[in-house]
Amino acid sequence: MNLLAQPVGLVHYLVVGAVLFACGVVCMAAKRNALGVLMGIELVLNGANVNFVALGSRFLRADSGSALGLDGQAMALFVIVLAAAEAAVALAIALNYYNTHATIDVDEADQLKG
Amino acid sequence: MDLARILPLLLGLVWLAPLASFGLIVFFGPRMGRHGRGAGFVATGAIGLGFVLSALALGAWLWEHPLGGHGHEAGSHAPAIAPLAGDWYTLGQFGALRLTVGYYIDALTVAMFAMVTLVATCIHVYSFGYMHDELHEVSDPLAPLSTGQPLRRPGRFCRFYQYLSLFCFSMLGLVIAGNVLMVFVFWELVGICSYLLIGFYRERRSASNAANKAFIVNRVGDFGMIVGLMALWGGLGTLAFGDTVDAGGRRRPGIFSQVRPASTHHALVVPDGFVRSAAADQVAEIFRSASNPAEAEARLRAAIDRWRSAGWGYGLLVIAGLGIFCGCVGKSAQFPLHVWLPDAMEGPTPVSALIHAATMVAAGVYLVGRFYPVFTPEVLVVIALVGCITLFLAATIALVATDIKRVLAYSTVSQLGYMMFALGIGGWLAGLFHLLTHAFFKALLFLCAGSVIHATGTNEMPEMGGLRRKMPWTAWTMLVGCLAIAGAGIPFVIGLSGYYSKDAILAQAYLFRQANPRLGWLFYVAAGGAALTAYYMFRLWFMTFAGQPRDAHRFEHAHESPPVMYVPLVVLAAAAVVLGWPVFGVTELLEQARPAGTAEGAIGAVLLPAVALPAEHLSHAPEVHGPATWIAMFTALAGFGVAVVFYGLRVLDPQDVRRTLAPVYDFLWHKWYFDELYQACFVRPALALARLAAAIDRTIIDGIADGLARLVRLASVADDWLDRLFVDGLVNRIAQWTYGMGVALRAVQTGQLRQYVMFLGAGTVALFVLVSFLWSLALPGP
Repeated sequence: MNLLAQPVGLVHYLVVGAVLFACGVVCMAAKRNALGVLMGIELVLNGANVNFVALGSRFLRADSGSALGLDGQAMALFVIVLAAAEAAVALAIALNYYNTHATIDVDEADQLKG
Repeated sequence: MDLARILPLLLGLVWLAPLASFGLIVFFGPRMGRHGRGAGFVATGAIGLGFVLSALALGAWLWEHPLGGHGHEAGSHAPAIAPLAGDWYTLGQFGALRLTVGYYIDALTVAMFAMVTLVATCIHVYSFGYMHDELHEVSDPLAPLSTGQPLRRPGRFCRFYQYLSLFCFSMLGLVIAGNVLMVFVFWELVGICSYLLIGFYRERRSASNAANKAFIVNRVGDFGMIVGLMALWGGLGTLAFGDTVDAGGRRRPGIFSQVRPASTHHALVVPDGFVRSAAADQVAEIFRSASNPAEAEARLRAAIDRWRSAGWGYGLLVIAGLGIFCGCVGKSAQFPLHVWLPDAMEGPTPVSALIHAATMVAAGVYLVGRFYPVFTPEVLVVIALVGCITLFLAATIALVATDIKRVLAYSTVSQLGYMMFALGIGGWLAGLFHLLTHAFFKALLFLCAGSVIHATGTNEMPEMGGLRRKMPWTAWTMLVGCLAIAGAGIPFVIGLSGYYSKDAILAQAYLFRQANPRLGWLFYVAAGGAALTAYYMFRLWFMTFAGQPRDAHRFEHAHESPPVMYVPLVVLAAAAVVLGWPVFGVTELLEQARPAGTAEGAIGAVLLPAVALPAEHLSHAPEVHGPATWIAMFTALAGFGVAVVFYGLRVLDPQDVRRTLAPVYDFLWHKWYFDELYQACFVRPALALARLAAAIDRTIIDGIADGLARLVRLASVADDWLDRLFVDGLVNRIAQWTYGMGVALRAVQTGQLRQYVMFLGAGTVALFVLVSFLWSLALPGP
């Protein structure tokens, strides 16, 4: 079954979400710059958001009409708010880290190792 | 004047004053004045008050019963004056047994109170001087420490007076006691006071040994006394001396009226109780065979008289008497228990004077006098024999002793023997009269000896001599004491107190010899004893005060004692001189207290060949008293003469005689080997037994205990091993595992953020792979 040959449906959204997620994880794992890691996090969150929105869309679901169909969108809004709050905190941590260590290389930040 | 109300009150106060003083000194003694000096004033004040009240009581008594007015007529049976008997306080009643604090007051009690308090007051005053050293720290060279240094200890002035007060209380209680139980209690109390005061210098080994010896020897006598008490209690059902009236108005007959009831004109009869105890089997038989109790009682009443005339129960009465006398033998240091008194001289000299000469040792004689109505002729013969042996034995030992206090101690034993002897041969009055006179002159002699010891610092007479020039008061008052004890006087005109009392004893002995020719030797021994008395007393006086000083150093340091010591000597000397004078009527006073029924003497004894105890008033007859007085005079003069020859004029050298009579001298010097005999017979076996018991204790009892302990220890070791291996092992292993896991997990926590992300990612992927793999397995396959 060739996805490219199908009309755009739920699966295509999910594939986009998965790609975004994978990109984000790789970004988090590969970047040494704290800001880069934060960007990876944003990618992961957006990947999740795509999934929420796609799964919540009344146009993409088979049982459309039986529910209001706004749960996914509501969840996505929560995720956006959370992402904003998290970014604010994370940037503050990064700034403070820079102030004390004169770097934002996450490999240098291993004070919490066991 | 109502004597029955006044006398118990007065004498009770006299009795309790020293107790109050004792209590005060116990609690506040050391805080009374400097170094407890005030304790002496409290004790002396108490006993002085006691003397004043006793004198008042004596005055009241004489006011009510004037001398000469009530004297015994020869042949009269009834007692002239009934004693005052009653109870102050009932401690408890158990069935028929009543335990009370009671009194029994007659002329003897009043006279004893006056004597004890006067002598005790003198001695309390004297002790201020004699015990002066105890006011500050004392260095005792006779109790060396292991380093060889003399022991230093704090002074014990207030403790001395504390004991003296306790003693006075006990002694007065013993005299006023209204029942045998009280007598026994105070008997033991004076014993413990004696023990405490003999061991006053308790750091000295000799003093503590002497205290133990006195205590243990007295226990031997007290054992007999308890037997006597049980016999009396079992047979008579009462412990009271006199008749008392209880709260219900019922009259309770006492011991004396049961033994000598008025119905038999106070002749000695065996009380019903003794007859019933002796014939217990027959009594039980009557009760078993009788149809009803009333009939049994009637038959019993008839039978008791029959049994009584057959002699049933008489043995019990003898045992009761001998038992009581046994206690008196211990307390009054009579043969064979005389060994403790000479050793008791380890105590301070005032104590020797008060307790071991004047009062406590005389308590035995007093008790024999008190129990006189109960004694059967057999018992009296035993008393006479014991007294006679004692007076001779102790007098002979005193001949060679060189320790000034020991000479006096043996003299005391000998004089107590005289008193016992007098009582045993029917001389009730003579014995107790000698008790009173002896108390004064012997206290005087002891205090004089104390004064000498205080001045010279030694007890040994061979180190003294010539002291009369240094100590005139002591020397001349002691001479008075020596003359008094020797019985000096102008025959039939006047004499010192000892002259009258000793003559009375010898006159009674003379009479006894006439009545019992087979026991006549008792009289000769007593008369010979008088010679020995005069000899050893003047030997003592000459060795101490006459001649040239034998130890120049000691003589230099000697000095007359302070007035606080010699004034009591003068008082006692005056009493020793005048007490016997007929004008003071001491004999008439004592005569008022003679127990009912004893004035007539007694003839015949059940268990012994007949012994006649002559009536005492017969000894006043000129044909008896005359020869007795002359014999006493000449024997005393003979003793005095020998002492003058040896020690006064030194015509003969005593050393020569000693060498000539070496075996006799050695025998006397070793005190007839009594201490050695007792050591071999009693002390050694007792110690051997103790050692055996100790060995058993150590090997068997300790072995069992040690074995058990070892067993318990083994068990605990095993338990410890189990604990460590299993319980601790389990806990430790769990802890180790937890720790190991922690260490292993620690490696994962690298602190590398990117690694964590890797783990997260890889972990999630692995989880997915795993779940989807297992999921496909779980699903039912196509």
